[in-house]
Amino acid sequence: MLRIEALPEPSRTMALAAPLIATGITILISSLFFLSLGFNPIDTLHGFFVQPLMSLNGLSEWLLKASPLIIIACGLAIGFRANVWNIGAEGQLILGAIAATGIGLFAPWQDSVFLLPSMIAGAIMAGMAWAAVPAFLRSRMNTNEILVTLMLTYVATLFLSYLVHGPWRDPAGFNFPQTALLPYKATFSVFDHSYRLNSSIFFAIAAVIITWFFLERSFLGFRMSVGGVAPNAARYAGFRSSTAIWVGLLAGGAAAGLAGVGEVAGPLGQLSAHISPGYGFAAIIVAFVGRLHAVGIVLGGLLLSLLYLGGETVQLQYGLPSAIANIFQGLLLFFLLGGNFLINYRIRRIR
Amino acid sequence: MDLFISIFTATVIAATPLIFAALGELIVEKSGVLNLGIEGMMLMGAVFGVWAHFSGMPMTLAILIAIVAGALSSLVFGILALTFMANQYAAGLALAIFGGGVSAFIGRGFGSTPVDAVQPIKIPWLSDLPFLGPLLFQFDPLVYLSLILFVAVSWFLYKSKAGLALRAIGESPESAHAVGYPVIMIRYVAVLFGGAMAGLGGAYLSLVYTPLWVENMTAGRGWIALALVVFAAWRPIRVLLGAWLFGGMTILQLQGQAIGLKIPTELLSALPYIATIVVLVLISRNRMAMVLDFPASLAKPFRPSS
Repeated sequence: MLRIEALPEPSRTMALAAPLIATGITILISSLFFLSLGFNPIDTLHGFFVQPLMSLNGLSEWLLKASPLIIIACGLAIGFRANVWNIGAEGQLILGAIAATGIGLFAPWQDSVFLLPSMIAGAIMAGMAWAAVPAFLRSRMNTNEILVTLMLTYVATLFLSYLVHGPWRDPAGFNFPQTALLPYKATFSVFDHSYRLNSSIFFAIAAVIITWFFLERSFLGFRMSVGGVAPNAARYAGFRSSTAIWVGLLAGGAAAGLAGVGEVAGPLGQLSAHISPGYGFAAIIVAFVGRLHAVGIVLGGLLLSLLYLGGETVQLQYGLPSAIANIFQGLLLFFLLGGNFLINYRIRRIR
Repeated sequence: MDLFISIFTATVIAATPLIFAALGELIVEKSGVLNLGIEGMMLMGAVFGVWAHFSGMPMTLAILIAIVAGALSSLVFGILALTFMANQYAAGLALAIFGGGVSAFIGRGFGSTPVDAVQPIKIPWLSDLPFLGPLLFQFDPLVYLSLILFVAVSWFLYKSKAGLALRAIGESPESAHAVGYPVIMIRYVAVLFGGAMAGLGGAYLSLVYTPLWVENMTAGRGWIALALVVFAAWRPIRVLLGAWLFGGMTILQLQGQAIGLKIPTELLSALPYIATIVVLVLISRNRMAMVLDFPASLAKPFRPSS
């Protein structure tokens, strides 16, 4: 007989080990998966996890893709700690990208040094505005934020599609659904012209530091976490839940908007119908893999970014669809959630 | 008159996959479990239905396979949420992402090969009635099945002893456990039923409605089904009405595109999503109505004390 027993206190070892175990099992399952498709699992795993990191270009792409994931996950973690479920970061990212492109292409101050800073500010505000809708509806109208953030993501995707197919389409772009290229002054400068990694990576670093400080050292962050873990205790202590809702959602929106400008003014250089390969959704997984902790999020972001890169590599080499990255993301989260069980419980054999 | 008939029937058909998925989720939530993964389970049902159909299986079997695919996907969620007591929000999200990925992978070879859709059935005599015939009695069999399932679910919840047990578990798993109900097992059954219904809804999309396999073809219907349960304030009759309302929105939006309204198609396509938000707001404002049938233990993990 096996019996589940609660541990007297949560295991710190398991809290650290669970993400590693989950990653290990995900890799194991993926090897079996590749094997079943008739590919040599060692080769595919090499292609997935090693090959992308063997070149400077690979490293640059790795950090480039990790950066939006880390930024968004930081913002989301603030909300998740308070049990505020913003799962529409993808839509907030899109709005940020739209605002940034709009300013970069059409603002009258094209030659000013403030062009890029105004794009960044506009993107953050646009992301926050898109997140303010569910925040308002949840705090004032009691409307479920999961559904509203998600519905708004669909609306944002359609709005983006409308812009790039219609009014914002590049007249000299051979009818491709994309805007004109952003002017040079409206883009982040790259460190080296051979690689795409650019100065927007500093925003990821800043986001991590701010999030760490907010979550671990600030009183507001503490109050929000209490509200998430023990709502009744928080209410008794007089912490307002509407503050947590607003801060939680706006933090996610601001972060996603920032990631949006990082994409259009970074590697993309223009707005098109597909500006994000699901960063907004993958960032949810990053936040959980990182245990809603700033340092963990960095590691989670690097891991998920590697999954994206590896997905691209095996897509090119083996002709597998890019959806594979989604399968692995889902698996990783499954095993992580299963692994969390071992933090609070143990399984014992009883006779 | 013909236009009315065509809009009415199109609305009912567009609502059918939502009715399946939302009725399933209603049972899941009534047992106190929140499965956010409907979108993933619908996609699994949709792709496995097409797979079975292309493998030469008869349509009934293909639909059955889709149901099993949905149920098996929900089992993954069930194991995490019920046995491992994982955060139900995260587990459901993982299922939504996972189902999207797996279905895209399985359906990668299906191209856009059309499916021989399930055809409407002629009910003797009734189908030939003037006006009422084409209005009510010329649907495909699954539309009637959705109505039968609606009656069955309503009866189960409010008239059967097992339904009472299910609601008791959703209200207070501790008390239900103390009385001797196997809380976890009943919740497993509810989760599997929800998965099966989502799989059926997915099959309806890929084998009747569209009818072909397209990556991410559910286009948010799984999430709208989730919204419908909130909209319905956990009452079956309002699930039905809500589904028709959203079906109507979809059809209205398509009609608007067809008659060439001077509004861009993308903005018209956004209507059902915006309508979902508006309706949710209107419903949620009334806190009393929301708590009346709300399963009090929703999304809270439960561990039997002994």
